[in-house]
Amino acid sequence: MRVVVAMSGGVDSSVAAALMAEAGHDVIGVTLKQWEDGDGNLPTAGCCTVGDAEDARRVAAQLDIPYYVLDYVDEFRAAVVEPFGNSYLAGQTPNPCVECNRTVRFQALLERTAELGAEVLATGHYARVVQDPDGYALRRGVDPGKDQSYVLHMLNQDQLARIQLPVGELTKPEVRDHAARLGLRTAAKPDSQEICFVGDANYRDFLAEHFPETVRPGPIVDMAGTTIGSHRGTAGFTVGQRRGLGLAVRQPRFVVEIDAATSTVVVGDRGDLLAGGCEVRDVSFVSGRPPASPAVEVKVRYRSRPVAARLEAVQGRWLVRFDEAQAAIAPGQAAVFYDGDRVLGGGTIERSLP
Amino acid sequence: MERLRDVFGNPSGVHGVSRMAKNALEEAREGAAALLGAARPSEIVFTGGGTEADNLAVAGAALAGGGRGHVVVSAVEHKAVLESAAFVERLGAPVTRVAVDHLGLVDPDDVAAATTGDTAVVSVMLANNETGAIQPLADIAGALRTANPSTLLHTDAVQAFISEQVDVAGLGVDLLSLAAHKFGGPKGVGLLYVRDGVRLEPVVHGGSQEMGRRAGTGNPMGVVAMVAAMEATVADRQAFRDRVGAARDGFEHRLAADVPGLAVNGPADRRLVQHSHLRFPGHTSETLLIRFDQAGLAAAAGSACQSGAVEVSHVLAAMGMGATEAAEAIRFSFGWTTVPEDVELAAKIVLGVVEDLA
Repeated sequence: MRVVVAMSGGVDSSVAAALMAEAGHDVIGVTLKQWEDGDGNLPTAGCCTVGDAEDARRVAAQLDIPYYVLDYVDEFRAAVVEPFGNSYLAGQTPNPCVECNRTVRFQALLERTAELGAEVLATGHYARVVQDPDGYALRRGVDPGKDQSYVLHMLNQDQLARIQLPVGELTKPEVRDHAARLGLRTAAKPDSQEICFVGDANYRDFLAEHFPETVRPGPIVDMAGTTIGSHRGTAGFTVGQRRGLGLAVRQPRFVVEIDAATSTVVVGDRGDLLAGGCEVRDVSFVSGRPPASPAVEVKVRYRSRPVAARLEAVQGRWLVRFDEAQAAIAPGQAAVFYDGDRVLGGGTIERSLP
Repeated sequence: MERLRDVFGNPSGVHGVSRMAKNALEEAREGAAALLGAARPSEIVFTGGGTEADNLAVAGAALAGGGRGHVVVSAVEHKAVLESAAFVERLGAPVTRVAVDHLGLVDPDDVAAATTGDTAVVSVMLANNETGAIQPLADIAGALRTANPSTLLHTDAVQAFISEQVDVAGLGVDLLSLAAHKFGGPKGVGLLYVRDGVRLEPVVHGGSQEMGRRAGTGNPMGVVAMVAAMEATVADRQAFRDRVGAARDGFEHRLAADVPGLAVNGPADRRLVQHSHLRFPGHTSETLLIRFDQAGLAAAAGSACQSGAVEVSHVLAAMGMGATEAAEAIRFSFGWTTVPEDVELAAKIVLGVVEDLA
């Protein structure tokens, strides 16, 4: 079977490529060029750098598989970076990895996979694609600390039929063991933490450079509407944020709401953060249809525990009602529905509900 | 290989081994001068490749005598020329980039019109390294002599030398670059023809090697190999033209019958015989190149960026081609080792992939 492996130059996708090659598949390694500096070159710091592409190339050479760099700069800018900026402009907190997976990785690259004569696209994500009697299931990765099923919630049956995620069956230490066993140069490479196109820079600096409209000063007000401070731009804030408010107050204050239209940041105490639910847009379900039971678990940010909730469709809109009120529901983040370790689907949080 | 011992020494030394190397280097210089129609061997400056030769010509002429002379280049030059021009521009030298027509050809009158009394150098390539388009260089030389006789004319003949006659007097150029690996010599060796009396600021500083024009210990082994390849190229050029031209034409003929909308980029009747630059409407070159590579056919598109991704070609952009069309273009190259069976196989691979993607 011919397989395209998306190689970022990190250890996970290096091992994914190695495992597919070891399994006897005809593997083609590709790195997506997603972002470039003003001079048209890859960044030299952070993720997605020249060094990362070089690591991927060297790993591919070691595995004796063909390797190509594909130019997705235009698609990435339109589908990921522009919405990233626009989301902040709207006072929300985007998850660019979700948009990249939705539009670039598992749409454009999946189409390209077929054009290259390959049946399967493999990536280094920590999640599992499992074939069930009634179709393909997307499950959490085996390593709970590394599980990335959250950013893959938009995948559908057609996509899952053509995707393999070999490292999802492994823990991170096992992945590094494989890399060490194979002598891959990426075996000890640190995990990337930052947003790939922002690199080592602060995302606020990135926004200021590429979306200068996000730098619009405004007031910080309390729940009563009284101005108690000022800020340099709403893009610097996320709902639930406590640090960096610059307020001289005794009690802890949290960002409760961001009103981009008036460039106002509303702060309150811990109790003000609690929400009974949220409205979710762009909802999709892995199986192609909503779950039979409205009782689900929902994850409202990448690093949070799933909580019990009920899923309701009201006049064409999807509402999530938490069994217990949840703090810091940030519009723009993904709400992902689970049944145990199985991903049911998900969407983007539009707003919190009382 | 029997000459290896002759080229072991440092040609700048004062002992016997050095003299042998120096002798080999100077013999090679005489050979290169004769093959290019240069007036004297001292007009040949050996360099570390074509890029360095282009840099010495463009930056060297613009900066000669401590000046910041005006530079005129065509928009489709190799990056070695364009980036040299950009470099002297950053140092304060004015630079004019002359547009080309939709075939990628430069109008000699446009070149002449772009020059002023302060123009230090005009650089127009003999033939384009992507499309193979052959520029009307003798006409450019003529127009330039009328408009501004003191302006130097440089041509990058790197791509053309293997299949086009290159005679510096006939072309009317003052400076001409070659790179050995483009005609069967080793990589990392090249030369710049510098007409006697032309003033150039060196771009590599150090010792007084190469008549003070290019510092650094000479590379007798590389130079001897390059000039041997030059001799063979000149001797076999007509046979190369006949054979490779027939192979290229046969390949294009075969594809044209079965690929809808296939188009030649550049001037079909005025291009190097070894180039076939084609547009496959509805197909992106990125996909085609990978499919071809998987099938054992090596082709190219644009130029590789730092990461290895294919960049949109500045040459096609200068020809007025939109980004979508430019991304459908692929360059096939034919060489000495191409045999008719290769052409048939290559055409089969291309047609198979195109059919599979349809």
